[in-house]
Amino acid sequence: MNDSVREAWALLPDYLGQHVILSVSALLLGVAVSVPLGIAAARSSRFGTPLLAVVSIIQTIPGLALLALFYPLLLALSALTQDLFGFSIRALGFLPALLALTLYAMLPILRNVVTALAGLDPAILMAAKGVGMTPRQSLFKVELPLAAPLILAGIRTATVWVVGITTLSTPIGQTSLGNYIFTGLQIENWVFVLFGCVAAAVLALTLDLLLALAGSGLAMRSRKRLIAAGLGLVAVIAAAMAPELVHARTVGAHQGIVIGAKNFGEQYILSQLMASRLRQAGFSVSEKSDLGSTIAFRALGAGDIDAYVDYSGTLWGNILHRTDMPGRQAMLDQLAAALKKDHAILSLGSLGFENAYIFAMRADRAQALGVKSLADLSAHPELRIGGDFEIFSRPEWRAVAAAYGLDAMKRRQYQPDFLYRAVTSGDADVVSAFSSDGRIARYGLVILEDPKAALPPYDAMLLVGPAHANDAKFIAALKPLIGRISLTLMQQANLRVDRDQDKQTPAGTAAWMDQRLPH
Amino acid sequence: MAFFKKRHAPLIEILNLSKAYAGSGTQAVSGFNLSVSEGEFLVLIGPSGSGKTTTLNMVNRLVEPDGGEIRIQGHNVLDSDPVMLRRNIGYVFQEAGLFPHMTVAENIGVTPRLLGRDDAWVEARVHELLVMVQLEEGAFAHRLPAELSGGQRQRVALARALAARPPVILLDEPFGALDPVTREAVAADVRAIHDRLGLTTLMVTHDMTEALLMADRIAVMRDGRLVQVGTPRELATKPVDDFVTQLIETPRRRARALAETLKA
Repeated sequence: MNDSVREAWALLPDYLGQHVILSVSALLLGVAVSVPLGIAAARSSRFGTPLLAVVSIIQTIPGLALLALFYPLLLALSALTQDLFGFSIRALGFLPALLALTLYAMLPILRNVVTALAGLDPAILMAAKGVGMTPRQSLFKVELPLAAPLILAGIRTATVWVVGITTLSTPIGQTSLGNYIFTGLQIENWVFVLFGCVAAAVLALTLDLLLALAGSGLAMRSRKRLIAAGLGLVAVIAAAMAPELVHARTVGAHQGIVIGAKNFGEQYILSQLMASRLRQAGFSVSEKSDLGSTIAFRALGAGDIDAYVDYSGTLWGNILHRTDMPGRQAMLDQLAAALKKDHAILSLGSLGFENAYIFAMRADRAQALGVKSLADLSAHPELRIGGDFEIFSRPEWRAVAAAYGLDAMKRRQYQPDFLYRAVTSGDADVVSAFSSDGRIARYGLVILEDPKAALPPYDAMLLVGPAHANDAKFIAALKPLIGRISLTLMQQANLRVDRDQDKQTPAGTAAWMDQRLPH
Repeated sequence: MAFFKKRHAPLIEILNLSKAYAGSGTQAVSGFNLSVSEGEFLVLIGPSGSGKTTTLNMVNRLVEPDGGEIRIQGHNVLDSDPVMLRRNIGYVFQEAGLFPHMTVAENIGVTPRLLGRDDAWVEARVHELLVMVQLEEGAFAHRLPAELSGGQRQRVALARALAARPPVILLDEPFGALDPVTREAVAADVRAIHDRLGLTTLMVTHDMTEALLMADRIAVMRDGRLVQVGTPRELATKPVDDFVTQLIETPRRRARALAETLKA
């Protein structure tokens, strides 16, 4: 518990700084775009009505989906600029998050600008014209000052929304306070989850209060209040960003390495382990965690991350789009060749263990029903199967369902860590799981056999991005890990972060593993 | 004022002016002719919808005419830049029309600042005008319009209209929202300032008593047309029709009824 709090505090400068940079950039951009658009919309309803409709529709898209949508959009755009102008844009991390959050910021600001300007007393507008103001002077000297309190109220709403939704930018590779929440949820570290929520809430409330102070300064024509609010905003933003900027300057000088991790405990541990080995070799390293499965691979190819661990079966189906099963070693060899050829990505080889998709049941239930293998499930179409968010749309499930005739089973999706709760409590009869998960044994689950070998092998492969594929020092730092991590070691490590009692942090567990592995 | 160059009498000439608002189907103003001499205080009077405010607003092009001409010192206003025209014609709006986010001093200084006057000029002018409209500077200059009474607001509005030293000022029912006592005092001051500065003033009202007491000449309007124009005496002695007779009789009839009531 104390370790978690200490680790959470240690991560705060980085997470908070990146969160503030992203939120504030999105808000500034939102204001810069929405105020002129709002002015134009207030002047012409032919422009304003459709504009507000579009922005309102955007607002109804769930935050996570909107953020995720910008990734493929930018990826396509990046390919286009690469073809046309010879440069690519970063499709992952800051840019897609910024664009999505800017769209979110727009509605409350835009709506309040339009409402405020449309609600002005026509007699005042007539007077502005009558004393000899040009339309522009009327706008800046009369209309905007009178509309300012309502516009500011819109900016306050946008601020609270954006600071909250910024937490959702973590899965597309942008570090934010959401890292606490996503990581905490994955490894059931409720201290992390709570820490992230509280930090985001405190940030939102602080910014909101300062904007409220600015608003009262405007309303009361109090220069003191306006200055106090301005200084407060600058101080909060500068304080939050300072560690990040200092870090960026020191790191920027000699090209920092970024290690990627997907969104589960084993990935957090392995990325920390790789990061620690690279640091020992003198590299400056940061981590980008909670990446979606294919996003991590694309990010490696695009140079947004420099190394991460992926699984052979996943790459085989999702990247190579192969459905044949050539056998474990052949798959590794063919993958290494294909990744090298098509993506300039280097596979250092298998770490030594497999984290396969498997299907598990409670031992007592399996025995009662007489189920030993996936083939036995077809006799029990009444059983409910629980999976993580990915499994039912992955080729592995299609292969298993086709091989064993499981299409009729009722499916439910769970946050991966809740899968164990679901199966032990009986909410689900069969669940998808990962073979390296220490909790399979701990919760008394049995793995259902796969007699038709429908599930591919999932050897953990250490992948290195194009920038370091020929970097001998880089490779030398990671090479000692290859083939040395046994399934037992990985299961023990995973259990340390996943268990409820005496829970360890991924960083602590990585250090524990580090001592047990050759250098 | 440099904007209106040569001396010319009449100062304002309105020739065959017409205006119809889009979609209304009726003529707001039609075939309207009127001359206003320099230094004259002319009141436009008529019932609601008679086109008097529309006529007034066409003088500084807050409303654009459909046809006809308005000449100020011989110069057709339609040939001048509307923004510069408005800066050189004072305007007092119904219910004052002060900018609620600006102090009294800022409201008064707005047109001189638009004309590029510096702070010192504006400050001196604001002081001068506050004295002229009988608002002690210290107490009022830094207040917001919301902190003033109706009469005070109307005085500030008058000061604002006069700030850039325009030769012509337009007043649109300026006393409509005031209580009777304030109304009389402000009206008397407006007329006194008009005389002192040698202004040429066009004022719209629907109150005949006010018109009779303030105007050099009165122009009576009905249904967008000019019915009769003349001094109060001319309207009283030679009304052109029953409408004018009734209009001018109303204050007299009320005065008589009042005298009777008080006697009894």
